[in-house]
Amino acid sequence: MTAVLQTHGLGKSYGRRTALSDCTLDVPAGRVIGLVGPNGAGKSTLLNLAVGMLTPTSGTIEVLGGRPASGPAQLAKVGFVAQDTPTYPGLSIEDHLRLGARLNPGWDDTLARDRIERLGLDLGHRAGKLSGGQRAQLALTLGVAKRPELLILDEPIASLDPLARRDFLQDLMEAVAEHEFSVVLSSHLVSDLERVCDYLIVLVASRVQLAGDLDTLLATHHRLTGVRRDPATLPADQHVIVASHTDRQTTLLVRTEAPIYDPAWTVGQLSLEDLVLAYMGQAAANHNHRPALEALR
Amino acid sequence: MIWLTWRQFRAQAAVMAAAVAALAVVLALTGPGLADDYSTGIAACTGQSGGCSQFVQRFFHDHHGSFIAVTAIVLFVPALIGLFCGAPLIARELEAGTHRLVWNQSTTRNRWLAVKLGLVGLAAVAAAGLGSLAVTLWSDSIDKAAAGDFPRMAPLLFDARGIVPIGYAAFAFALGVTAGMLVRRTLPAMAITLAVFAVVQIAMPPLVRRHLSPPVHASVAIDASNLDGLSVPRGGGPIQLRVQAPGTGADAGRFAGAWILSSQTIDPSGRAITSILAPQSGACARPPGGRLPPPAGAEPGEELSSCFAQLDRLGYRQRVTYQPASRFWPFQWYETAIYTALSLGLAGFCFWRIRHRLS
Repeated sequence: MTAVLQTHGLGKSYGRRTALSDCTLDVPAGRVIGLVGPNGAGKSTLLNLAVGMLTPTSGTIEVLGGRPASGPAQLAKVGFVAQDTPTYPGLSIEDHLRLGARLNPGWDDTLARDRIERLGLDLGHRAGKLSGGQRAQLALTLGVAKRPELLILDEPIASLDPLARRDFLQDLMEAVAEHEFSVVLSSHLVSDLERVCDYLIVLVASRVQLAGDLDTLLATHHRLTGVRRDPATLPADQHVIVASHTDRQTTLLVRTEAPIYDPAWTVGQLSLEDLVLAYMGQAAANHNHRPALEALR
Repeated sequence: MIWLTWRQFRAQAAVMAAAVAALAVVLALTGPGLADDYSTGIAACTGQSGGCSQFVQRFFHDHHGSFIAVTAIVLFVPALIGLFCGAPLIARELEAGTHRLVWNQSTTRNRWLAVKLGLVGLAAVAAAGLGSLAVTLWSDSIDKAAAGDFPRMAPLLFDARGIVPIGYAAFAFALGVTAGMLVRRTLPAMAITLAVFAVVQIAMPPLVRRHLSPPVHASVAIDASNLDGLSVPRGGGPIQLRVQAPGTGADAGRFAGAWILSSQTIDPSGRAITSILAPQSGACARPPGGRLPPPAGAEPGEELSSCFAQLDRLGYRQRVTYQPASRFWPFQWYETAIYTALSLGLAGFCFWRIRHRLS
């Protein structure tokens, strides 16, 4: 199976500001990929590079084996729901569906009209009068009915209320189950992605901190709690992500392929949120060169 | 893509078509009557003594308002096209972010831009062309009557007749699109379009148009037709004569309808002078008894015309540089070609920009 997203040393800078640097990824097909990171980490930049809205300043990127936006065939394979889900305010929903039908050879009109009907939207309604959630649903409908092999969504739910978020994601997952396409979904909220993703990319301060299958990531990361000790005494195959100490106790977040046998530790499982926060914290610390963490090494 | 472009453009297209149709209807209803009035008037006056100058003046005076109005319409239409068709075409999409929607359908940006430029641009250019055609046909008789004040070859009328408005409209449109693409916001793009277009239109006649063909130089004798005025100093001394640029009315011979670029009075040694100090002997000598020669415009008296002959013998001339009216159509083609080339250049820049610089 070809990779949906393959990048090598990918970078993008605007003048002196670096939006993304040295990004190397190899994401397999058939996944729902969550792209997490704080605001301004470069998520949008990476996604816009993937759909060819931006051109890289260094490195290479291939999406489904082709250069992004290199031609009609490549465009047809990749669907994109941009940030703030833009639609034409003056055009009706009906007009948007006709737009999709006219501009996409693979357009699935039945799918689009069924979705709009199921969502309870009026075809004659102008897109400018829709609520944020309805507009996002319209944009998603355009993206799904195009029948892409990969659908990329850039913070599609950031502007939605919690109920609309849940509906939107549920709806997206139903579409994925039915039509079997890969999805890349970005968000700065881990909780949004926890329910839907099976692959995770953590992007902090323009760099990829972590990428991998969610199950593998959760299986190889552990929280160790025990009597206070120096993390340097751990076995070589246990990599400390975060260490915190009280007077008597040490808590470590480690990554290791091997099982942990040391009886001195209480081994705890991590949630996705713990994992992401740990990597974000680590990156932020490295980024700011905070001396507190230096001392712990 | 054509459907989408049409769907976005149809309201504007309807307004444009309605405006052109209204103009065409009004001009078609009044045009034949106007032409008839002029030809019957000319036919009536040609035989009479005194010629047609009075009729021509009255005819122009009667239709002065509508002449100015239709000329202004043709002058402003290209600017309006640039402002309301060109500038928002891309800027509005970039401003609203809808380019991110439409560029991610299965159609390339090049095709998207090509259809938008082609469809809207052709419609805009066609509107300007039809408007100019209607006005040029309608205004033919008034233009002839107005040639003294508004020669056809000179700036203003040249810009509002014939085929140049097509070139202007294409240029204004391309300029608007380019400005919109660069500043990415509709209102600033409109302001920039208006400013740049105005500067180009004002700079074009003196910097480019007058050099399209080498201007014609003519050396004209000084006579009653180009005499601006003369003064006879009260305390004695020579008579002073001031000379004006030749008229461009229908009866002005080679200058009829011409664009006068410069007009200078030359003394016998070939130097340019502002006024002639007439010699104090011969026909131009101050008449005995201090009687003034008849003023300009009236039938020149015996002494004045022999004074002109004396000045001519001495070598006083008027040197005129001009673009003759016979070059009207060649110049119209040249200028349209220049503006079309500029438009194509801007369009080419837009295609380059949309591939390499935009997101």
